[in-house]
Amino acid sequence: MEVLTSLMHGLGVAFQPGNLLWCFVGVFLGTVVGVMPGLGPAATIAMLLPLTFQMPPTTALIMLAGIYYGAKYGGSTTAILLNVPGESASVVTCLDGYQMARKGRAGAALGIAAISSFVAGTVGVLGLMLLAPPLAKFALSFSSPEYFALMALGLSMVVLLAGESLVKALLAMLVGLWLAGIGIDLFSDDSRFTFGMSEMLDGIDFVIVAIGVFALGEVIGNMEKRGESTLLPVPKGLRNLLPTWQELKACRFAFLNGSIIGFVIGVLPGAGSTIASFISYGVEKAVSKHPEKFGTGVPEGVAAPEGANNSETGGALVPLLTLGIPGSGTTAILLAAFVLWGLRPGPLMIQDNPELFWGLVASMYVGNIMLLVLNLPLIPVFAQILKLREYALYPVIFGISLIGVYSVSGSLFDCGLLAVFGLLGYLMRKLDYPSAPLILGLVLGDAMESALRQSLMMSQGSLSILVSRPMSATMLVLAVALLALPLFRKFNRWRVQAIEENG
Amino acid sequence: MAKASRWNGDVISGAALAALGVFILNEARHWPYMTEEGPGPGFFPLWYGVAMIVLSLWLVLSASLRTPGKTVAGGVNWKGVGRALLVWFAFAVSVGLLKWIGFLLSFALLTVFIVVGMYGKSWRLGIGLAVVNALSFHVLFRMALSVDLPAGPLGF
Repeated sequence: MEVLTSLMHGLGVAFQPGNLLWCFVGVFLGTVVGVMPGLGPAATIAMLLPLTFQMPPTTALIMLAGIYYGAKYGGSTTAILLNVPGESASVVTCLDGYQMARKGRAGAALGIAAISSFVAGTVGVLGLMLLAPPLAKFALSFSSPEYFALMALGLSMVVLLAGESLVKALLAMLVGLWLAGIGIDLFSDDSRFTFGMSEMLDGIDFVIVAIGVFALGEVIGNMEKRGESTLLPVPKGLRNLLPTWQELKACRFAFLNGSIIGFVIGVLPGAGSTIASFISYGVEKAVSKHPEKFGTGVPEGVAAPEGANNSETGGALVPLLTLGIPGSGTTAILLAAFVLWGLRPGPLMIQDNPELFWGLVASMYVGNIMLLVLNLPLIPVFAQILKLREYALYPVIFGISLIGVYSVSGSLFDCGLLAVFGLLGYLMRKLDYPSAPLILGLVLGDAMESALRQSLMMSQGSLSILVSRPMSATMLVLAVALLALPLFRKFNRWRVQAIEENG
Repeated sequence: MAKASRWNGDVISGAALAALGVFILNEARHWPYMTEEGPGPGFFPLWYGVAMIVLSLWLVLSASLRTPGKTVAGGVNWKGVGRALLVWFAFAVSVGLLKWIGFLLSFALLTVFIVVGMYGKSWRLGIGLAVVNALSFHVLFRMALSVDLPAGPLGF
C-alpha cells in the first residue's frame, strides 16, 4: 500500500509538464544514440551531464535516465537492419533480427523488439520499485567496514567481467583509484599527486575522464576505418511493423524470460545488459522446441535478448540508488551526476528524497510508453539517422565534448586534460584495457578510501575489523572468491567466451 | 602481426604502469602512513601503488614469456592507428588554440580538418559544414542555453 501511495506521488512528479518534456527529450535522444553505432549511452550521458546543471536534480535525472533506457530501445534498429549492433547489448539481437530482416520480416523484428523492450522495461521498473525500498532499509545497518567491503565486492565483479585479462582490468581499476586520489586529502588537507599545479588541487573532475575515455576514445577509435554498411529496406506504415499473432504467441515465454533474467542480472554489479541478453538468449534456445532454428530468424531470438537488455536498466538502478554502488560505466556516470547535484545515493536516498526516487520510477513507466509510441511508427525515421555521415557527426561530438568540459569549470586546463584522457581512452581500447573498471575506480575511489580509513579509525588501526563483522567478512570473502574464480580453467573459459561474445 | 603487437603492447603498457606504480609509491612515502587518529594520507596510495607494481610486472613477465604467435592476416592496422592519432593530435591542437582564437574558430578549423583532411571531401563541403557547425553551436549553446564558450580576441 505504501508503495502504491508513493508511486502515485511519483506520478504527480513525472506528469509535471517540465518533467514530461525532458523525459521525452531523454528517451528521444537515447533512441537516436542507440541507433547510431559507435556512440553509447555512457558517452552521451557524460557529454550532456554538464548541460543539466541548471535543471532541478529530479528533472535532470529523469532526462539522463531516459537516455540510458532509451538507448536500449534504439540499439536494436541497427542490429536488425544493418547487422551492426548500435550498442554491445544488441549483439545477440543481430543473430535472429538480421535474419528476419533478410527474409523480409524487418518490420516484425523491429516491432517485436519494441514490444519486448516495453514489456521487459516495465517489469524492470516494477522490480526496482518493489526491491529498492526493502534493500535500502536493510542497508541502513551498514557501517564503514560494510561499505568498504561492498565497494570491494562491486569492483571485483566489474573487474571479473570487464575484460578478457583480469590483470588488465585490475590495473585499470587501480589507475581509477589513483585518479580519484589526486587533489587535497579529505582527512589531512595534504595535497596528493598534484605535480605542483594549483589546477589539480580540487582533483580531476569525473566529467573530464568520463567524456575523454568514453566519448573521445570511442570516436578516435572509430576514425581508424571508414566503414560502409548496407541498410536493409525499412517497411513503412504501422501495419507492416506489427508482428503477426503467431509471432507474438511464440514470444510469450521470451518476454517473461527476458524480463526476469535481465532484472536479476542488472542487480548484480558488473554483469550488465550484454551478459543479460546472452543468458536470456541461451535460456530461450535451451527451452525451445526448435533450438536448431535459432540464428535463422526466429522471433523469440529477438524478443528474449531485447527484453533482457531493457529490464536490466531497472535492475542496475537498484544497487545504485539504494547502496550508492554503480555496476557499470553508465551507472557510474549517473552516480557522478548525483554527487555533482549534492545528492548521495544510498540507504537514505529514498527516505530523504522521495520526490526524486518515486518521480524517477514513475517517469520510467511513462518513458517506456513514450518509447513504444515513438519506436513503432517512427522506426523508418530513426533509420534515416544511419544515413548521417561520420564526417558530419564526429566534429559535432568533439565540439559537444569540449563544451561539456568547459561548462563545468570554465578552465582551459581541463580542456587540455580532456585531450589527454581522450588519448588514454583510445589507447585503452587498442591495448584491450577495459574502461569500466577505471571509471568505477575513479567514482568509488574517494568513498572507498574514506570507508577504509574510517573503519581503521574505529578499530585503532587493526584490519581485523573488516573480517570480524559478519556482513563485511562475507562480502570480502565473496570478493576474493570472485577474483580467484578465473583460476578454475572451466570457469575462466566460460568467462572469456562470454566477454569475447560481448564484443 | 596481431599477436606480436599485442605482446609489445602488453610489455610497453605494463612497463608504463609499473613506472606509475613506482611514482605512486615514491610520492606516498612523503605522507604519513599512520597518524594518531588512524591511517594517514599515505596509507591507501601505498597499497594500490604496491598492487600496481606487482600486477604490471606480472603483465610484463607473462607477455615476455609468451611465445610470439604466427603472423595473423589483418593484424594491427598501422595506417588506421596513424589516422586516429592524427585526429587526436588535431583535436589537441584545437584545444591549444582555444585561448588564441576562441571556440568557434577553433571548432570550425577542426571540422574542416576532419571533413577535408581525414575523409577526403571537398573544401566546399568542409568549409560549409564548419560554418554550419560553428553557427549552430553558437545559437544553441551560447544564445539558447547561455553556456559560456571559450572566446578569442575577437570576442567569439
